[in-house]
Amino acid sequence: MPRPPSPSIPEKEFLFSSLKQSLRLDGRQPLEMRTPILTFGPELGWVECSMGKTRVLAQVDGKMVKPPPERPLEGIITIHSEISPMASSDYEPGRPSDEEVSLTRMLDKVLRRSDAVDKESLCVQAGLRVWHLRLTIHCLADAGNLLDCACLAGIIAFKHFRRPEVEVEGDEVIIHKPSERAPVPLSMHHMPFCFTFAYFPDPTTQPILDPSYLEQRLSAGLLSVALNAQRELCVVQKAGGVPLSPDEVLRIIDVAVLKAKELDALVAKRLKEDWDGRHVEVR
Amino acid sequence: MSTVLPGEHVPAQHVNLKLGPGLFATSTNNKNGDIISTKAGELNHSANNSKWWVDSNSRRYVPAPQERVIGIIVARSGENWRVDIGSAHNASLDGLAFEGATKRNRPNLKVGSLVYARVSLAHKDMDPELECFDAQTRKAEGYGELKGGFLVRCSLKMCRLLLEPQYFLLPLLGSRFPLEAATGLNGRVWIDSKDPKHVIAIARCIEAVDPDGGGMDELGVKKFLSTLDV
Repeated sequence: MPRPPSPSIPEKEFLFSSLKQSLRLDGRQPLEMRTPILTFGPELGWVECSMGKTRVLAQVDGKMVKPPPERPLEGIITIHSEISPMASSDYEPGRPSDEEVSLTRMLDKVLRRSDAVDKESLCVQAGLRVWHLRLTIHCLADAGNLLDCACLAGIIAFKHFRRPEVEVEGDEVIIHKPSERAPVPLSMHHMPFCFTFAYFPDPTTQPILDPSYLEQRLSAGLLSVALNAQRELCVVQKAGGVPLSPDEVLRIIDVAVLKAKELDALVAKRLKEDWDGRHVEVR
Repeated sequence: MSTVLPGEHVPAQHVNLKLGPGLFATSTNNKNGDIISTKAGELNHSANNSKWWVDSNSRRYVPAPQERVIGIIVARSGENWRVDIGSAHNASLDGLAFEGATKRNRPNLKVGSLVYARVSLAHKDMDPELECFDAQTRKAEGYGELKGGFLVRCSLKMCRLLLEPQYFLLPLLGSRFPLEAATGLNGRVWIDSKDPKHVIAIARCIEAVDPDGGGMDELGVKKFLSTLDV
């Protein structure tokens, strides 16, 4: 199957002319993102995040392993992500596509290398036992901006996950079942969120946040910014596309900070709702 | 009306039997021919039991002869155009399959142009073929290149609904503002209106009504339209 055909000429012309008047096809403002809808599964660390028709499922599980000798005091985090043809008929199985490579690298930077999860707190016995957390990202449907949705699902899955409590007595490690002692949340340093902005060939068209599938296909360049609500910048990614001035990038980051604060509040609210619901179930 | 699954036996019997999409005759001999379904959905038949078909919703288009589709030109190969109609294989459109086209005078289509065409050949072992004129009159009858406007993608059920004469959506929108629309059976609808705001309103309404997405009813659409600035 060849690459999917690029959008037709009428689609392209209409999108550009309506964006010039700051009109978006789904009725959003240029710098408005689709409100993410979070669904938590029966297990802890199972989150489905959907932004419009883009849907991503993230799942975290943990097990005890022996740490590598060069890092005896740190837990291990691995991220598995794959874009299968399930997400969209544009993707093919087997050889990873460019989108998949960039998604994997970005997830690694935003979730693992930004030190969101405190790795030292995952150590149980130095050099002998550490927690190995495995985050699996399933892309269920791609209707544009898969990256932001996947990053959001991943970080919420870490926040939602709770590991069983362990006790060390001499050389023995006792893992308490969730029914005996309440599982403990992961110790997190911060919560980075990713925001993608799309730029268009016409310099007078202003950038848009959270591009839809068509907007993403027709854009002249994407700028992804990952930061937390405390204004700490983690990643700025711009792989090719139109040139941008430093002032423009700084302006975009100010916009992203506001969005990160909104998103942080939303996520905290949803996590609290879910956790309160769970206590009722236990009783 | 009943629900069938792929491979189920269908009791279709008629001297002049016509099978629609989703049904397959295992033997060509009609008298003892066994009819089975090839897709899941609602089994329907005409009043006199001569026409049978299976109705269901899906996103992937499977070409069937004489269906109207909207295609995107992807390439030119010699005399023909390769057209993406959303099916598993690209269709081919003869450069002379237009009203009044001759070797000297043929339409000037670019890669990325939209065409409204009729599927003239759909065979399981061959690429589909398209034509841009009516089979009987050989006149354009609305077929041909679609210029300007915008293309909306929807589910296959949605575009069949839009083609129903008594369906509420297009008349409702047409009572608010003038619009042009061409519905392809491959889940693509071309729309045009003077104001881009109206085009966006139509696109959002189609998406909201789509049984694959919002599944909004007539009252809901009226309410939704009043929230839009049109």
